[in-house]
Amino acid sequence: MNTEYNFAYLDEQTKRMIRRALLKGVAIPGYQVPFASREMPMPYGWGTGGVQVSAACLVPDDTLKVIDQGADDTTNAVSIRKFFEKTAGVEVTEETAEATVIQTRHRIPERDLTENQILVYQVPIPEPLRFLEPRETETRKMHALEEYGLMHVKLYEDIARHGHIATSYAYPVKIEGRYVMDPSPIPKFDNPKMEMAALQLFGAGREQRIYAVPPYTKVVSLDFEDHPFERGGAQQACGLCDAQDAYLDEVIMDDAGTRMFVCSDTDFCRERREAGHIGEMGMPITEDAA
Amino acid sequence: MQSQSLIGGFSDAPKDSAIAFRVALDVMARPGKIAKISGGTPPEPMSTSAGTLLLTLCDPETPVWLAPSLRGAQIKEWLRFHTGAPLVDSRSEAMFAVGRWSELLPVTDFAIGTPEYPDRSATLIVEVEALENAGAILHGPGIKDTSELALPEVKAFRNNATLFPLGLDFYFTSGSRIAALPRTTKLEG
Repeated sequence: MNTEYNFAYLDEQTKRMIRRALLKGVAIPGYQVPFASREMPMPYGWGTGGVQVSAACLVPDDTLKVIDQGADDTTNAVSIRKFFEKTAGVEVTEETAEATVIQTRHRIPERDLTENQILVYQVPIPEPLRFLEPRETETRKMHALEEYGLMHVKLYEDIARHGHIATSYAYPVKIEGRYVMDPSPIPKFDNPKMEMAALQLFGAGREQRIYAVPPYTKVVSLDFEDHPFERGGAQQACGLCDAQDAYLDEVIMDDAGTRMFVCSDTDFCRERREAGHIGEMGMPITEDAA
Repeated sequence: MQSQSLIGGFSDAPKDSAIAFRVALDVMARPGKIAKISGGTPPEPMSTSAGTLLLTLCDPETPVWLAPSLRGAQIKEWLRFHTGAPLVDSRSEAMFAVGRWSELLPVTDFAIGTPEYPDRSATLIVEVEALENAGAILHGPGIKDTSELALPEVKAFRNNATLFPLGLDFYFTSGSRIAALPRTTKLEG
């Protein structure tokens, strides 16, 4: 740990401001609390909101995991992990079960989270109504009046045009029967997992909003009686670990169009392969592999 | 200023406040859960948990209302020195209020937020004799099935919950123990 930084990088006044916003966010599930987002040593869009929320939550004996689209080993995830290793001196891990705080970009881990874990989402556009109504003054009023008709019109237009609800990520949810919330650009496959035992916190740095979903809170994906929400998901098994019910990434293998599908959650896939599950294109893990 | 006021703050503010906040966040996210919180040592008769919570969350941006029993010169000086929080007489201006339940009544004086900004509401820190998981039955966000918490009364909290998404959020403090009741929690019994 580099002692030239304050613990977890941010100054104390900033952390207090974020902490107060977090508590109000937890008390009003799904409501976007404005906060005075700071410039972070990384560009907007790289998780400045999530990083600020994590910084305000971390304690010295936390174990941090950072994932980007499910993977622990992408530039974004590695950088943020190193950032907190350096500024907060916390332990880091790639194993979902080991982590106490998990910062994520666009995925929820496949493994069920526990009461002792916090999931921090990086959010680009926190306002679910923003692409339907650009004015903040208006969307704020719409939330106040619980006026979400426009969102249903959007989903209806999807059905009129495509025959089904074509929104496949950042699929809007209603929290505890009150606020419509953007779950961040997670695939809609992950939406049903949001009713979980862990606390979920959302940070949008550029848009300066924080919101939260407490454990065991009702999270309903918006739909229609005759067009119920469908989780979607893989039509096949993971090529490496043979998982049947995981969210898969498509990987192009060569110029001839060969493709393979692999788990987007790298830790989940590794764990399964170590347990002896082998997919069609996988091979057993050995000591000198890697 | 009495030198007494200079002591009793966090010994390592960044880490102590981080640990204290995690407890405050955890109990707010799980209404009814009782946890230990410490780090601050406020002058008597303020509890360790209430004092630690104020040190963790208050600064010059947060007007604090102190109940008569906590309005002693020592507590005021301690709070001003360690947090810089302005102490206000008007209950409607307070972002945080601390005191015994009887002193906080009527709680309808405190800010409950506006329909556009329900977060602009007060957090009440209620000093209680003891905290125990018995009494009112709670359910709502953060609670798996139900949980139980002894409350000073039920009606005021039930009324508060009906204001959702507006309303007040409560911490209950006793010694170094703390529990919370956000506006989302519904009460039975």
